This record gives sequence, C-alpha cells and structure tokens, in this order.
Amino acid sequence: MTTYTMPNETGRYGNFGGRFVPELLMPAVIELEKAYEEAINDPKFIEELNYYLKQYVGRETPLYYAEGISKKIGGPDIFLKREDLNHTGAHKINNTIGQALLTRRMGKKKIVAETGAGQHGVATATVCALLGLECVVFMGEEDIRRQKLNVFRMELLGAEVCSVSQGSGTLKDAVNEALRYWVSHVNDTHYILGSVVGPHPFPKIVRDLQAVIGKETKQQIVEQTGELPDAVVACVGGGSNAMGMFYPFIEDKDVKLFGVEAGGAGLETNKHAATLSSGNIGVLHGTLTHLLQDNHGQIEEAFSISAGLDYPGVGPEHSHLHDSNRVTYTSITDDEALEAFQFLSKSEGIIPALESAHAVAYALKLAKEMKQGETLVICLSGRGDKDVEQVKSLLEGK
Amino acid sequence: MGKERIENAFLEKQSANENLFVPYIMAGDGGLEILEKRIEFLKKCGAAAIELGIPFSDPVADGPTIQEAGIRALENGTTLTAVLEKLNSFQEKRTVPIILMTYLNPIYVYGVEKFASDCREAGVDGIIIPDLPMEEEAFIAESLKAHSIAFIRLAAMTSPIERLVELANRTEGFLYAVAVTGTTGARTVHEENVKAYLQLLKENSSVPVLAGFGVSSVQQAQDLGTYCDGVIVGSKIVELFYNGKTEEVKSLIKGSISNEYILG
Ligand SMILES: Cc1ncc(COP(=O)(O)O)c(C=O)c1O
Repeated sequence: MTTYTMPNETGRYGNFGGRFVPELLMPAVIELEKAYEEAINDPKFIEELNYYLKQYVGRETPLYYAEGISKKIGGPDIFLKREDLNHTGAHKINNTIGQALLTRRMGKKKIVAETGAGQHGVATATVCALLGLECVVFMGEEDIRRQKLNVFRMELLGAEVCSVSQGSGTLKDAVNEALRYWVSHVNDTHYILGSVVGPHPFPKIVRDLQAVIGKETKQQIVEQTGELPDAVVACVGGGSNAMGMFYPFIEDKDVKLFGVEAGGAGLETNKHAATLSSGNIGVLHGTLTHLLQDNHGQIEEAFSISAGLDYPGVGPEHSHLHDSNRVTYTSITDDEALEAFQFLSKSEGIIPALESAHAVAYALKLAKEMKQGETLVICLSGRGDKDVEQVKSLLEGK
Repeated sequence: MGKERIENAFLEKQSANENLFVPYIMAGDGGLEILEKRIEFLKKCGAAAIELGIPFSDPVADGPTIQEAGIRALENGTTLTAVLEKLNSFQEKRTVPIILMTYLNPIYVYGVEKFASDCREAGVDGIIIPDLPMEEEAFIAESLKAHSIAFIRLAAMTSPIERLVELANRTEGFLYAVAVTGTTGARTVHEENVKAYLQLLKENSSVPVLAGFGVSSVQQAQDLGTYCDGVIVGSKIVELFYNGKTEEVKSLIKGSISNEYILG
C-alpha cells in the first residue's frame, strides 16, 4: 500500500505545482507556509476553526439521498452532498473562514481576493465582516455584469469591489489584478485565493480546508449505506470543491472519482473551459499545471455559461491526478448544464448553482451506465439563487 | 557575447565615468520592423544595454503602461519566435548588449533548451524572468549556463538579508534591484528604505547593481545612482516612444548617465 503524501516539501504534486512568483512575493508565501503548518498543528486553531464551521457556516452539511432522481433514472442510489446549504450558499466559505482565521493569526489586517461568480468574493467579504478585516475584491467586468447581485452583496458586507477590464474581464484577469495588488501591499495584506490554484502553499491550504467535504461525506455514506460509494462526481473550475471532495477518497481505489469541467459551447468550438480535457502544460498564476493556451504560451480566454468555471487553468493536484489516472476528467456543455439545472430543480426541489449543474449533468449520464444497488455521490457545490436571473434570460432568449 | 559582452559594455561606460542606464522597450510595440532602429537610437543616446520585453497575456509584475504595450504587441502578432528571428537578422551590426525580459510560460512552451540555444544563436546576451524565484530556477539556469547567457536575478525590498546575499551571489552580468514594493510603472518618489537596500546589495555584489521599477526621471536616476551603479527605466521609456517623444527619451538618458548633472 502506498500512502498519498502530496505535495512534497517544494509544493510539487508529481511534476506539477511549485511556486513561480516574483521574488517580491517569495517571503510572503514562505511566511504563509510556516504560519499554516504551525496553525494546523495547534489544537487551539483547529478548535477555533471547527467552532466557526459548526456555529457560523452551519456544518455538517447533509448527505441527502435524492430519491426523486434516483427513481427516475432507475440505476444507482444518488446522494447529494449539500454544500449549497452552507452560509453564503456554496463550499467557498470552508476555505475563506480558515484563511481569515489564519490571517488574524499572522497579525495581518487586510484581505485581497479575486472572484469569478462572486461566490468566493461573497464568502471572503462575509468572513472579513465577521472578523473585522478590511477587504478588497477584484472581479472581472464581464462577471460583474453576469453577477450583479453578488457585487451588491459584497458591498453590503463592507468590501470594496474593484472592476477589472483587462483581458476577457473574467476570473483569470481578476487573479492577475489581485496578485498585482498583493505585490504592492504584501506587508500588511493576505491574499485569500479562492481555489486550489496559485503558488504553493495555496493549493494545499485550500484543499485541506475543503477536505471537510470529503471527510463528512465518507462518514455519512458509510452511516447511510454501510459502505463507501462506487462513484463520486464534482465540477472543476479551479478545482477546490472537487479536491476537497476527492482528497479523503484518493487511497480508496474502488471509489471512482470524476471531475467535470465546463465544456462551454463544445470542446470542438474552442469556446470552453475544459483545461484538463484539452489544454497543455504551462505556468500561470504561480503554478505549473494544465492551461488553455496558444502555441506561443499566451493564455487563452475560457468560456462557460457559469462564471465560476470560467478559468483557463486548473489546480496542479488535478493535473497530477489526471496524469496518474486516479481521477477521470470529463466535460459538460452549457446546454447540458442548463438542462440539469432545471431537472434537479423540478425533481428534487433543489436549485443548483450552474457550476454544480455540470456535476449533476455528468452524474445523470454516468448513472445510466451504473447498476441498481450501486451508489453515486454528487458534490452539490452551491445553490443556484445567484444564477436564476441569468437562466431566466437564457431560457427566454431561446 | 553573453555575460562578457554585458560586463565589457558596462565597464566601458563606467570607465568613461558614466552611470549605467538600461532602457526597457516592449518587443513588437509599434511593430517588429522598427526594432533595429529603436535599439540603435537607444544605443546612441547612451544606453549601456537594452532590456527587451517579450509580451505575455498575463504579466502580473507589470503596471498599466507595460501591460498596454504588451497588448499592443500581441495584437501585432508578436511572438517569442518572431522576436528571436528579428534579433538574429541584425545581430552582426548590433553593438549593444540585448537582455530579454520574459515571463516563464512563453519559454516553457518554446522549450527551455531550444530557447537557450536560439537565444545564443540570435545574439541575446542576458535573460530576466520576473516570475522565476531561486527555488524553481535550476532547470533553466543549466541551459542558460551551457549557452553562456547571463542569467540576471531580481532582488526585492521584501527579501530578507540572506536571500539578498544569495541573489547577489548567483546573479550574472548585473543584479536587478527592484526598487519598489509593487509592479512596474512610473512613480515620483521611492520608499525611504531604498537607500539602505541598495547599499546592502552593493556591498554584497561583485557585479554592478541597477535599480529598476518606478524610475521615471533624471532626478530619480541621479538620486538612486548615488547608491548603486545605475538604473533601468521601463514604463517611462515605453510611454515616451508610444507618444512619439523621442527627443525626451534622449534627454532622459543623457541626463541620467551624466556624472556632472546638478541635482535641481
Ligand atoms: C458553486 C460553485 N461551484 C464551483 C465553483 C468552482 O470552483 P472550484 O472548482 O474551485 O470548486 C464555484 C466558483 O465560483 C462555485 O461558486
């Protein structure tokens, strides 16, 4: 039996990961790594984190047996890990609460963050309000248009939202600006990255903080069915909800793991965000990983119906799990996600986030190939309230 | 060629009692056709070497001026391949050292070994990679060494002393002292502690120390030049060329390199 011990001391997941940042930021990422290792080995910190996860975030979240869709498909028993029931409506807060507590421990008073859908921005603004930290959030112009309400939410929570017009005006450009801001304010500011991307130790910190999803799921599924699941499905933008869900299952080789990327208008169209399915290796935002890029190493725009999956890179650990064949990565198109969005709403009374709808759509396909008596877990990473307006206009436009 | 050409060019300037001045220009901004002329012009103005930026879609160490120049260059279809070919085409005539400044990804995708060998072929003398810290540099350092290309390290004001000393030991050609806690871009004043920082680097470096980031005037160049060997000026040069103010480029360089300049 081998034990999975990624990353190594230099932040590598096999060939992937590392820390490719300007010298200016090196002291900060080294300091962060030290502070994090100290914190997770301090029972007081863990106790504090668990307190907020339970009393503030509302954990644990249910693992809900979705009888309606299971019966309709007539295959495996389908379970939904209800991350949509967290405070602020998605898994993102599992990470932000942990990093905000870490920030306080490091004695820093200001936070910078990027956001795509606005979910990570809201989750960051929320914990900053809670802990009295100053908060600046960078968000792409295009995303601001798609997610107006989340912009207002962040402002209501006391954060300053800065519009980013460079590039495609989406998540990648927001990360660039957040990094530039961090470079200029590194002495008193912590950067709360929202996914398992960026330079080491971010992919590890975010994974560890999100691993609560997988840990709970593992315990709950055994309680409810007596065994581990046959398959687990999660959507992959940067890959934090998926990594958090997969991590505790990596050594359980009989559990099949599926990561679902955004197929946009279809992989053949070049208008998608399916990094692992069709990208190649390079360095972006401090990490060596799979990217959407041209032959000259210029990063290309990602496209997806869902702002939270619209990123041309992916966490380095996913690149490793992809290359080592431990996880199967697939993609779901905008249209398929939209259909699953409506299907889950009607069948279970649960409106999923468009991101999560990608996982649902793939799980429904997978379920058709599985047998009765098997079990399938879907990570329902967030709720769809933020997407209702967008879906309304998409459906009316049809 | 390479390291030696940089060292010799710098020595020549310093023996003539001049401060070192390295202007940064973005390759392909205004088209690659003008590159040769622009390099010659800068050389005539008194540049000790030319720092030539390769445009990248996601330049996180750069402020707005260089970001925009990069976008213009990419819109012109500028690629690393095309820049190396262009440099190759007039390398015999060129008498000023060329230092490429490029983010890591274009090199990674080009292929590290091929990059180093093609740089050598094109007469490139040095390389600066702003998103490659010491911890990750080994795989590139070897190839550059094999082709005798100077690998210029960047020091930062946030780096603790041990890192600064290590960077000063490793660097080749000169040491690039990032003189602000921030991205590239014109500023009017530098932070208080910049002097102590530059002095520390000078004490620990066997090659010249040049201050860059945020330098935009003769005044600043002269001021910083008191504590190190000269300056690198990027955003201001890029902006002046973009606005067609070549005479101002000339006076900026001439004023900066002069040791007789009277501070105003
Ligand atoms: C609900 C939801 N799911 C998934 C994602 C994608 O992020 P990740 O892949 O890091 O889980 C987002 C990002 O905003 C999100 O809001």
